[in-house]
Amino acid sequence: MRAICFYFQIHQPFRLKHYRFFDIGNDHYYYDDFADDDIITRIAQRSYLPANQMLLDMIRENGKKFKVAFSISGTALEQLEQYVPEFIDSMKELAQTGCVEFLSETYAHSLSSLYDPVEFEAQVKAHDSKIQQLFGQKPKVFRNTELIYDDDIASMVYGMGFKAAITADAKHVLGWRSPNFLYSSASAPKLKLLLKNGKLSDDISFRFSNPEWASYPLTADKYINWINELPQEEQLVNLFMNYDAFGELQPRESGIFEFMKALPRFAAENDIQFWTPSEVVSKFKPVAELAVPYPMSWTDEARDTSAWLGNTLQQEAARKLYSIGERVRLCTDRRIKLDWNYLQASDHFFYMSTKHNDDGSVHSHYSPYDSPYTAFTNYMNVLSDFMTRVEEQYPASIDNEELNSLLLTIRNQEQEIEKLHREVEMMRNNIVQDTTGDFPIDEAPAVEAPELKKEEEKKPAAPKKKKAPAKKPAAKKAATKKPANKKAK
Amino acid sequence: MKALMFGWEFPPHILGGLGTASYGLTKGMWQNGDMDITFVIPKPWGDEPKDFANIIGANCAPVAWRDVNWDYVQSRIGNVMDPQMYFNLRDHIYGDFNYMSTNDLGCIEFSGRYPENLLEEINNYSIVAGVIARTVECDIIHSHDWLTYPAGIHAKQVTGKPLVIHVHATDFDRSRGNVNPTVFSIEKDGMNHADHIITVSNLTRRTVIEKYGISPDKVTTVHNAVEPLNEELLNLEAPPGKTSKVITFLGRITMQKGPEYFVEAAAQVLHKVNNAQFVMAGSGDMMDKMIRLAAKRGIADRFHFTGFLKGKQVYEMLAASDVYIMPSVSEPFGISPLEAMQMGVPSIISKQSGCAEILDNVIKTDYWDINAMADAIYSIIKYPAMFNELREQGLAEVNQITWDKAGAKVINIYRNLINR
Repeated sequence: MRAICFYFQIHQPFRLKHYRFFDIGNDHYYYDDFADDDIITRIAQRSYLPANQMLLDMIRENGKKFKVAFSISGTALEQLEQYVPEFIDSMKELAQTGCVEFLSETYAHSLSSLYDPVEFEAQVKAHDSKIQQLFGQKPKVFRNTELIYDDDIASMVYGMGFKAAITADAKHVLGWRSPNFLYSSASAPKLKLLLKNGKLSDDISFRFSNPEWASYPLTADKYINWINELPQEEQLVNLFMNYDAFGELQPRESGIFEFMKALPRFAAENDIQFWTPSEVVSKFKPVAELAVPYPMSWTDEARDTSAWLGNTLQQEAARKLYSIGERVRLCTDRRIKLDWNYLQASDHFFYMSTKHNDDGSVHSHYSPYDSPYTAFTNYMNVLSDFMTRVEEQYPASIDNEELNSLLLTIRNQEQEIEKLHREVEMMRNNIVQDTTGDFPIDEAPAVEAPELKKEEEKKPAAPKKKKAPAKKPAAKKAATKKPANKKAK
Repeated sequence: MKALMFGWEFPPHILGGLGTASYGLTKGMWQNGDMDITFVIPKPWGDEPKDFANIIGANCAPVAWRDVNWDYVQSRIGNVMDPQMYFNLRDHIYGDFNYMSTNDLGCIEFSGRYPENLLEEINNYSIVAGVIARTVECDIIHSHDWLTYPAGIHAKQVTGKPLVIHVHATDFDRSRGNVNPTVFSIEKDGMNHADHIITVSNLTRRTVIEKYGISPDKVTTVHNAVEPLNEELLNLEAPPGKTSKVITFLGRITMQKGPEYFVEAAAQVLHKVNNAQFVMAGSGDMMDKMIRLAAKRGIADRFHFTGFLKGKQVYEMLAASDVYIMPSVSEPFGISPLEAMQMGVPSIISKQSGCAEILDNVIKTDYWDINAMADAIYSIIKYPAMFNELREQGLAEVNQITWDKAGAKVINIYRNLINR
């Protein structure tokens, strides 16, 4: 008995429009909606929708023995909801079959796992609640952006309550070991690891329709035979790929859909089943621990993070972006939060890669820019405007710690005022009941004044910080949203 | 007095300072009166100003005889040149150039830019110059920059009139000393054949004398000037969203212009100041390197690249700027600081640029002196007195630098040559 574990990735970033230096400070809308609409609609028509139909047919034909897993980034979900709502419906239909598992990931398909643990956790939560809301599932298995994984990430992921993670089969990590087993993490031994079978996955997603490939044409028969010929003890084959492999990377005419549809029949003949990652985790035992001191991924020849952080441009952009993370989390402005998400998409960094040869051509295939330098310049212009907006909310002259304490004070006081208000309300009701006519309701200010005084007396106890008494004036104006600005002056 | 000028660029379609200078000088000479100037450029677009010079396009001058009628010529090149001129030129074809690739009018095509096969274009240009020189009457021949020296020499040999060459730059400026031997030999040849050499600064004059071995009495400096700006440009305002000080570098991003010193100075200033943005406007072969350098210094969020700016965009950029900086390693003249001053932007220029010879109300530093540059930037954006003084005085100074004065000097040189 053997198991195939299919997992498909769906991701689309919000692409940036051409944003000139002159736009900084004037234009706060950064996105190329036309390109986003165009691309996602095209891919959905050619790939996502027919592929969904294919999966649905396969699940129905095979009596729920055919199972797959999906990981859909939050940004892709937003775009699909907006431009291709029928895809969400079709996905819901798939979810209802019970044969589809949804995986967890960062909402923005971001690199936050490498830079900002707090942000990372927040994004994972945001993504999972989006999945829950749309498909009624709470993800149990984690998959990081482009399968980026190392020991630190493992600890964070385990800390968030996931029982397994999906990652790549980088040769420099695996060495002689085979990806066809369940592993566990060295830093969090209870976290199981599913490793991508790179060869068999890429046979489908990259090589399937290549006539120069020695094994062309690939048939389901042949493919299942390959799996069957694996050593007997290797019981798990993880096939991870981009969902647009069906219909987009491998066009419909190549027969990719028919190939997929034929798989279950040949698999059944050879006693090969289809499992979701969760099933794999519950049915297999890990064979060994896997230590990954440096991050690996499934991208580029190097299978590390150099696709996004390989050169000085990419490092600078990422460093600058995450330097304001703490600030952004203090903000309450919805637009800032949105932009913050969209700007984190790993794709922006992917476009800045200066790699050559095969890797380079993949980067430039996806990039909307003509050179990595243009990509960088454009991104930095946008980022610069974004940073100014964040700073306008909370000036850079106040450091984070001070700002935090100020905000805490304000929040405490807001709660305090709320409480006192309720008290006033209650007392006023009492007054109305008790002394009819003596204290009319209109005379509210007269009642409130002594209350405020009472509030002043209570205050020194409420905020934790020593500085609290100095903050008094702010407390009175607690209604204003930006007291921090006032402090700065 | 009739002058036949050879140039490579002419506004509004310009690629660098050469076009601006050629235009300003021609207009300045015309303002002095009694000048009849014919200006030859490789490829006119039709929207060049024609009121003070006759424009002849080298790509409209036939070198091979074609039997075409007036209407056809009118329809093909009527927007660029008077068809009658075409027929006059056709009457003076001096050789059989049918072996060359010519078009339906018997003309050679030009890109009018700086293409890969630049040397070929230069050669073709001088072939066409032979036809033009035989057609257009002139008292003196004037060649702007090395691209047109061969044409000037050819015209001189045909007409026997004195040749003036105008050195806007030498290859020593462009290459930081590693001269291209072919370019050098064209320049040297031009200087040898010239009856007089005009340089745009004393710096260039010294280069011509020392590096090209030209006799000093044959070389005169006529500094460049600027055209007064029109109201529309002067009234441009900084964009409303501007919150920080803007320090601008405007020019080709090449070795000659010293862009790396600007980046380094920017890094120093940004360590101290928060609300400053640095802009590198322009394009060039060192642009990608500069983007990398800015990223490496960790200032990329405050260091911006606009790409090539043209026409009004240049002035919009200046209107948004608080400091203009030109750290050129070797700048024969450098008109752009003057334009910045016209827009009321305080300027910092390198001592190694020609315009430093005539400007007083600017800050001058050595191009390599990053510290001095950073200090100057800092004081201009921090101290309003400094900013205002440089702005007011600079404006007053630059308004005195006009082309008619430069034109008068050139006319004087012509007179001496003709009466010799």
